Parts: sequence; C-alpha cells; structure tokens
Amino acid sequence: MHRYYKTILFVLLTVSGTGCAMKPIEPWVKPYERDNLADPIMSADRDPIANSYLHHVFQAREGARGAEGGGGGGCGCN
Amino acid sequence: MVVTNTPSARLLLLGSLLLVSLLLGLGNAAMAAILPEDRTDIMYHSYDGGGITIDGPSVLVRKSFAETVSVSANYYVDSVSSASIDVLASGASEYSEDRTEYSVTADYLHDKTILSGGFTSSEENDYSASTFYFNVSQDMFGDLTTMSFGYSRGADEVMQSGNEAFFDETDRQNYRFGISQILTAKMMAGLSFETITEEGYLNNPYRSYRFQNDPLDAAQGFQTATEVYPRTRTSDAANLSTSYYLPWRAALKASYRYYTDDWDIEGHTYQLGYTHTFGEDWIVDVKFRQYSQTNAYFYDDLFTFASLDDKDFRARDKELSEMNSQTIGAGVSYSIPFLRGRVIDRGTINLQWDHISFDYDNFRDVTQTAAPGEEPLYNFDADVIRLFFSVWY
Repeated sequence: MHRYYKTILFVLLTVSGTGCAMKPIEPWVKPYERDNLADPIMSADRDPIANSYLHHVFQAREGARGAEGGGGGGCGCN
Repeated sequence: MVVTNTPSARLLLLGSLLLVSLLLGLGNAAMAAILPEDRTDIMYHSYDGGGITIDGPSVLVRKSFAETVSVSANYYVDSVSSASIDVLASGASEYSEDRTEYSVTADYLHDKTILSGGFTSSEENDYSASTFYFNVSQDMFGDLTTMSFGYSRGADEVMQSGNEAFFDETDRQNYRFGISQILTAKMMAGLSFETITEEGYLNNPYRSYRFQNDPLDAAQGFQTATEVYPRTRTSDAANLSTSYYLPWRAALKASYRYYTDDWDIEGHTYQLGYTHTFGEDWIVDVKFRQYSQTNAYFYDDLFTFASLDDKDFRARDKELSEMNSQTIGAGVSYSIPFLRGRVIDRGTINLQWDHISFDYDNFRDVTQTAAPGEEPLYNFDADVIRLFFSVWY
C-alpha cells in the first residue's frame, strides 16, 4: 500500500516542481484578508508540547496511529 | 566521536548528517513561509486511570537565528507507577519505572519552503527508542495552499526485566503527506495521510494470552502463554480536518480520521472542538472525541487451544481488541498582563484536562471471579492533565 503513496508523492512533487513555469494562480483570499486565519485560536497545534503529550496518551492505548500532525517521534510506549 | 554499530547510533549519525546538510546546503533567500515562534514551555503532565499513574515534567525551548533557522530542544520524563489489569492478571505486583525522552529539531526557511529535521531518543530500563525525522513544507498558489511531506525512521531495542537473555529489535518507517488549504477568509481545511511500516518484535514481552485447558470445555479452566505476534505491521491513516472562524473571536474545529492496517484493525476517530475568547487575556477550549476500532485478526480474549508455532499468532492485548473511547476535554489559557512587553513578548499559564472512558467489547476482566470467558467486560476511565507555563520572546 505504501508503494501506492510513493507514486502519488512522486507525481505531486513532479507537478509542483514544474509549476514554477506556469502562470501563478490568483489567490481568492488576499493576504490582507487573512487576519482571522492567522489568529492563534485557529491553529490545530496551538500548544505543541501539550498536543504531542495527548497524542502519546491515545497512541499507547488505542490500536490506531498516524496522521495526527507534527513531526513524529518515537513512541517508547511499552 | 565513538561510533558504535547499534541501530540507535546509526540513526543518530544519519539524522545528524541530514540536519547538517540541510542547514549548510542552502543559501539565504527572501521569506514567505513562517518559522515557528520563539517560545519556551514548562509543563507538568499527569495521567491517572486503569490502575496506572504517570506524571512528570516536560520542557520545550525554541529559538530562531538569523530569521532563517529555528531550533528546538525538548526534555520529557514519564514517572510510571502501574498496577494495571495486565499487571494484576499476570500475577505480578505494582511496579514503578521512569522513561526519559530527549528531542532536538531544526527548521530551515528558504523562500516559501521550510525544511525540518529532528532526532528523538527515549530510554527506560527495558526499552530504548531512537527516531529521526525529515519534513518539507511548501507554500504555493498565492500561499493559499501548503503541501508537506515527511519521512521518519525509528529503531527500538526491546528488553525484559528479569530476563537477561531476552533482546530484540524493531525497525519503524513513517511516510507522511499533507495539504492544508485556505478555503475562505474564515475557513481552512487540512488533509493528511500517513503510512507506517514496522518490522521486528512488535509485542510486549510481559503480556500473555490465555487458552482453555480443555478445548471442548471452557469450564475446565485456562492457562496462559507468551503472546505470539506477526513480525511486520503496515498501517495507513487519513485525517481530514477543518477550522472555522466565528465573528466573536471564536473558532469551531472538526476532524475525522480513518485508520486501517494489515492486522485487520479499522479505526474511526471523530473530534469536535470549540474555542472561545473572553477579552484579550482568556482563551477557553472545549472538545469531544469519539474513537472506535475493530479487533486484530489474531486477537481473542480466550483461545480454544495454544499456539502451534511462531506463525500461529495469538494476542490478548486490550489495545488490539474491539473497543471504543469517548473523551471530553476542556482547557483554559490566561495571558499574564504584567509580563506583556517586559523582556519577553508575552506569557501564558494554561491548564488542560481530558476525561477518557475506555470500553472494551471483547476484553474481559479476569480479576473478577466468574467462569472462564464469562467474566464481565473490562472498562476504565482516565484523567489527563497538562499544566504549563509558556513564554514568547
């Protein structure tokens, strides 16, 4: 299954690499309209130290793992 | 520098080389993307539930240099005291142990690209884990879209207290891909995928499965034996999330994660959150999380007979059973006015609390007296607290 992801990654990276030569897309939300989005309360990871701790709590007690955000790191949960 | 040939040392060397080449390999450029903010967090964390208490400190320091490089270091300790159902069922008595974790990361900003790398090392008396990771994120399409991909590699060393002869290893690789997208001036969405492959010793050497003394008659009692796990596992997870800004300076957040792996575990995680502000200084968060999963194909609470060989897998880990959990959480953050603009930019004190209920659909409580296979189903509640002080500078 992860080979499939690797192919998707390769295609996306190739597309993004060649994107430099294309005409830039006009952003429909202008930079000066992004004040609300930049507010820390909109961030999914406002407090990284507390979030990564909670992810660790769930990861050690549930079967599912991954796609939680963040850089990753060892679980060390024995 | 002494270079040993253990998996941890090889990972440390590879991770260090990757970081150094990242930091030296690229020149300065005009900025568009943003590095993480300079901040320090000092946290006390606590977990209490199911006969286990875990607490300890965590300190995270992040500092940027020359507006293009940001580095961070994290020190984290778990002090564990456990009389969990797994410990009680094995006949062992309560035990205590510490786990200490160190992490270092570096982020390099180049135009609209952020390159990140890091290394984590975790040590306890019977388990050692080392992981390095590498991430790239790229702003594009007028900075409305951020695409990221990453790779992690981890090597664990598994030991067993009281059994000097036991030693095994686990190799882990994570592949991540994500897109975050500004949809409107008030709404953002994110989609992320992660594939994890593991190879090596994947069970817990202290856990056992149980099987009937007489395959035809459970009433004859049961005996236990060390679990037999596959030595490989591959999982895929996809997460879809969205945040919406409300006019009274509040935010609504929702996410859904789908999980599947080749052990036949399928999981669904739903989360809803609401953030509310009171004036300039107070932020309050509330959330609800719902999780459910199916059991692994080699899980059973009570097997009919013992494993025949090392391919005849047997597990009775409650984490692999059919189960669900519900979490309610609340948090409050207070920005301390007298700290604002004095040496530091600002400082906050934060308290977060989560209450989790775990319910198992086919894991039974063998500490209760009943006929084998007819004990009550197990469940427990846990409280998770984070109290932390944060400063930005």
